[in-house]
Amino acid sequence: MIISKIFKSTMIVLLACLVLTACATKKKVDAGNEMDGDVYTGKDTVGYLADGVPDRVFFATNESALTTASSETLRLQSEWLRANSNITVVLEGHADERGTREYNLALGDRRANAAKDYLMTFGISADRISVISYGKERPIDSASTPLSWSKNRRAVTVKTN
Amino acid sequence: MKKYIKKISLILLFLILPFKAFALIEIDITRGNLDPLPVAVSPLSIDDNSKINFEKILNTENIGSEISTIVENNLRASGIFNPLNKDAFLQAPDIAHLKPRFEDWNLIKAQALITGKITYDEGKLRVEFRLWDVLAGKEILALAFTTAPNNWRRVGHIISDKVYERLTGEKGYFDTRIIYVAEEGPKTQRIKKLAIMDQDGFNNKFLTLGNELVLTPRFNPTSQMVTYLSYFKNLPRVYLLDIATGTQEVVGDFPGMTFAPRFSPDGKKIIMSFAKDGQSDIYVMDLENRIVERITNHPSIDTSPSFSPDEKYVTFNSDRSGHQQIYVMDSDGNNVKRISFGDGLYGTPVWSPRGDLIAFTKLHQGSFYIGVMRPDGSGERLLTENFYQEAPSWSPNGRILIFYRETKTDQEGDGFSAKLWSIDLTGYNERLIETETDASDPSWSSLLSN
Repeated sequence: MIISKIFKSTMIVLLACLVLTACATKKKVDAGNEMDGDVYTGKDTVGYLADGVPDRVFFATNESALTTASSETLRLQSEWLRANSNITVVLEGHADERGTREYNLALGDRRANAAKDYLMTFGISADRISVISYGKERPIDSASTPLSWSKNRRAVTVKTN
Repeated sequence: MKKYIKKISLILLFLILPFKAFALIEIDITRGNLDPLPVAVSPLSIDDNSKINFEKILNTENIGSEISTIVENNLRASGIFNPLNKDAFLQAPDIAHLKPRFEDWNLIKAQALITGKITYDEGKLRVEFRLWDVLAGKEILALAFTTAPNNWRRVGHIISDKVYERLTGEKGYFDTRIIYVAEEGPKTQRIKKLAIMDQDGFNNKFLTLGNELVLTPRFNPTSQMVTYLSYFKNLPRVYLLDIATGTQEVVGDFPGMTFAPRFSPDGKKIIMSFAKDGQSDIYVMDLENRIVERITNHPSIDTSPSFSPDEKYVTFNSDRSGHQQIYVMDSDGNNVKRISFGDGLYGTPVWSPRGDLIAFTKLHQGSFYIGVMRPDGSGERLLTENFYQEAPSWSPNGRILIFYRETKTDQEGDGFSAKLWSIDLTGYNERLIETETDASDPSWSSLLSN
């Protein structure tokens, strides 16, 4: 009786361990594949303005510098904007939850402007691009993990007309 | 007795009766108090006729004992008093108020005794109370005033303030309110409303409906005005709200986001940030002539400005060094000096109303701290560490900080909450402040009666 009980509980613990390890490993691999340094490089949460034109770029912690991948995304966006000259957009700048509210509002503004400035280097008129910062107020992913935070550090191009 | 009473409509009037000031009791609030002063708060006595009248008007049974409970709760929350259990009281409230039998109160180890009496007086609430030094066997404070009956909770706060002031030598902070942001809904679509409540969490009222995002409300230290950030029509701008009338207006005419507003100590100016082309600078607007003055001009982020009490200096947050740090400058923008040099990032500097300290938020190795340092950057002291907390706001006497804390969510993003907390400058007496909903961005008002 007692032995079978011990056996049972051991099995439960073992199973739990197996399940937990499996989860942990999976997450780790995902995070590794979806981040370069701490900049998000995955496809989850990314929307598309047109076929093959991603709507957002991602940033490193406390940074507003564009990565090579971000520059490429914005180049694609500029082509789409040139091909659709009646379209206007708003660039929404965001920060992750690991910073003070007021600084993050400024940081979101800086990120949105970094993206706007880059679009302008392709000849897109400033009149067609407005910016707004949401700071850390509108996360796309609500988990408190480095991967989620990387998805939230973003500038999203949204059609306004 | 009536000749003592002057009536000013809705405004409380104090008549401080003369008293001799050589008490034995004295509390030092400059260090952590691990041995709170035992105090007996006798229920305020109330005659049958008054009792019936107040029950009719206020729909509350025996406000005499309710008011004494408010006093008890305030004193307990301060961490420096230990209100004793009423079951042990031997003397009836009305008799104790006239002449306490000090031996009885001594027996239950009370060092201070508060007694009082309330009466219904032609539609008004008349209060008398006395503070007694039990060991010395003396009255050390006596006070009487009248007010509108529906101010009855404030009566408890005013008594608490007077007791606190008499025993610590510093102004109290109980007859005050807190404006904050009430939060509801999932983290990705949070609904935020301005809300206001008494310092003890009662009389909660929502001031906006939640249709637009609102952030960082701050009290004017001299009036019932509030400045805050609203995303009304999706244009983030600093607003001014008159709590008494509900009137709102945009502050200034800026072509982009204004944020991080705070009043000057005299209440006549608002200092804030304006973001343009990715650069955030600090501006001041004079509320009388509406003239806007630019204070900083730097490609970095300059935000979270706060005036010194004498308005000669401004402390603010900037990343001009490459990282978020705290700076102090003259209020015209000259003589900018960095004052934070410890490890980590520093934000949300806010000058104490006493002028001696600047409170801040610090981020270091994945933890958030609330701390204080002197205006020259020396004497940094961290009061509390947590997963996430920020935005300290000072009690009007500069002895307590209120701030908000957010919880860490799990892998699924569940388990989020935001709550208000307070902590003494000593680093002791950390307390959760209960709110109806989740809450953030608290700002403490000045004393309502002075």
